[in-house]
Amino acid sequence: MSDQLQNLDLPYFAIFLTFFLAVLSSLLVLAPTQRGISATWDYLKQVKFIERNGIVVSTYIVIAVSLWVVVMIVAPQFFMVELSFHDGTVAADVNYDYSQTPYTFNNYSYVIFGSGSDDSYFNVLHLKVFLRTIIASVCITLLAFVLCYPIAYYMAQTAKGGTVRLLLICLVLPFWVNEILRAFAFRILFGSSGVINSVLIGSGIMDEPFDFIKADIAMYAGLSYAYILLMIFPIYNAIESLDHNQIEAARDLGSSWSRIHYRVVMPYAKPGIASGCTMVFMLTAGALAAPQILGGPSSLWFTQIITNWFNLGDWTRGSAYAFLFLLSCIVFVLTVMKYFKVNLGELAK
Amino acid sequence: MTSDLIQKYMVRFYIAMFFLYLFGPLILMGTTAFNTPKFPTAIPFKEGTLEWFTVLANDKTIIEGLQNSLLVGIGVICLSVPIGLAAALLMSQVHRKVQPIYYTIVVSPLLTPGVIIGISTLVFWDKIGTSQGQDFDAFYYNPYFLTIVGQSTFVSAYCMLIFLSRLQRFDRTLEEAALDLGASNVQVFKKIMLPFLKPAIGSAAVLAFLTSFENYNTTVFTMTEGKTLTTALASKARLGTDPSLSALAVVIVGITLVGVTFHEIYRRREVRKDELAAEAAKRAAHAADKAMAPV
Repeated sequence: MSDQLQNLDLPYFAIFLTFFLAVLSSLLVLAPTQRGISATWDYLKQVKFIERNGIVVSTYIVIAVSLWVVVMIVAPQFFMVELSFHDGTVAADVNYDYSQTPYTFNNYSYVIFGSGSDDSYFNVLHLKVFLRTIIASVCITLLAFVLCYPIAYYMAQTAKGGTVRLLLICLVLPFWVNEILRAFAFRILFGSSGVINSVLIGSGIMDEPFDFIKADIAMYAGLSYAYILLMIFPIYNAIESLDHNQIEAARDLGSSWSRIHYRVVMPYAKPGIASGCTMVFMLTAGALAAPQILGGPSSLWFTQIITNWFNLGDWTRGSAYAFLFLLSCIVFVLTVMKYFKVNLGELAK
Repeated sequence: MTSDLIQKYMVRFYIAMFFLYLFGPLILMGTTAFNTPKFPTAIPFKEGTLEWFTVLANDKTIIEGLQNSLLVGIGVICLSVPIGLAAALLMSQVHRKVQPIYYTIVVSPLLTPGVIIGISTLVFWDKIGTSQGQDFDAFYYNPYFLTIVGQSTFVSAYCMLIFLSRLQRFDRTLEEAALDLGASNVQVFKKIMLPFLKPAIGSAAVLAFLTSFENYNTTVFTMTEGKTLTTALASKARLGTDPSLSALAVVIVGITLVGVTFHEIYRRREVRKDELAAEAAKRAAHAADKAMAPV
């Protein structure tokens, strides 16, 4: 049985899956017509979806979307998770055909307990990096929110049309500069003969250069810089639709400045704030370039550990780490959103 | 009154500081490209030079990376724009109850870390390749193929969002009118839908290319052989000892600025054209109403 499973031809499997999804999706589209699919060609032409788009366009839509959803989104994730349960340590015996290695939970227990030969009971090194990634990402997200909220509010409620357009263009520009180059800019800024050290030494505050990169300061600074703009736009969009009269009314009724923001503006902009925070958190936690360029020689960020497993050739362990990382990020985001009572549907807008 | 004035200046000061924070590092990096010291240095500025641009022009890995990036970028446009369009067209047509699920699935690649998209793409096609008993020349292992597919996974979602926002302003009565007048579905698609979506197709292609061009997290896994410009850049930046990188930054920023400015101007003009057309239509309808009134 397991032999048969392993010999299953995957491209055919993928094609089958695509076909299956195509049928499923057309069924879902058919559902409102309440007619079923026991239909002849003529009858098919009367199907709402096909009737509206025509055969050619319908086929194009169904094939393109199924290809994307099945072959590019769902199946790769599925097979990554499947791979993470294989035993990578015996892969060399079967010529690195992972599907021939037995199923095991080793890769997952390794994240928590390590190889067992270490002095400590837990895999302290990796767990530490994991916690650092999550906690630092949260801090960076909060910092980005604090920095961006005033700008977003100013653009949405106070500034006039021309100013807003100018500000928006100025905000978009640095966003288009390559991520690597943004990190490289921080390396120049924080290097031992970089601008900050030159200024500090030149003004006599310090005698010799301070190694910002070794102290991880460069990395945290670079990470908080990298995705900050993704916080502004969702919040700006949310606040923009707030009727300014509401703010005036609160002010007339004697609300203080901070109370207006806390009680009127922020609750209204909650979906925008949530989606900005989610994006910044996910991108920061999943960043790879900034830690690699600014982080010095040791692994500081969890994505670096994942990458290391792939460089070392153990794909199964790398996949397990990747899946665990994805899962914990999603669970974390969902928990926080539940705590702040943000609806997922609202977020999607 | 004075407190208002103080507040106004404080806001201005804050905005100035924010933009200093945004642009300062980039401007400093730019200056190192024109400075002589071998280690990228902005202060003190010793002597202006264009030496680093010549070093850059003779750097083989960078030139090769640029070619690869262009190739991958074009591939990503060809794959993700049609997919994004199809996904957007389907959005309004799936059943009301299925729509949230569909939306969640197709938007999920935007929130999935790029590293994981890269890994899963690599794993999936490797698995298919080995199950077929293919050797490493097969296209399943081709770095360009893997990179194009991997990047398109999330770039398609960006394209879809662009098409969705354009489709929101689509007047469905146009479609119905054409159908009533005897046009075929394909004709409607070609003569009404595509022309209406044309600016969005342009925007989506530009966005797809730029996103692909600067992507690192996914590409670093899928580009199993050779390098794109961004991955070549990253391995150089990790050493961080050469101002030719800053020179490249100046070039890229320059090109991006020109590109974004042109795109912005073009987009503005399209929006204005739309608004004018809508206004003209409204006026025409109004005039028609007036003309009809006495009858």
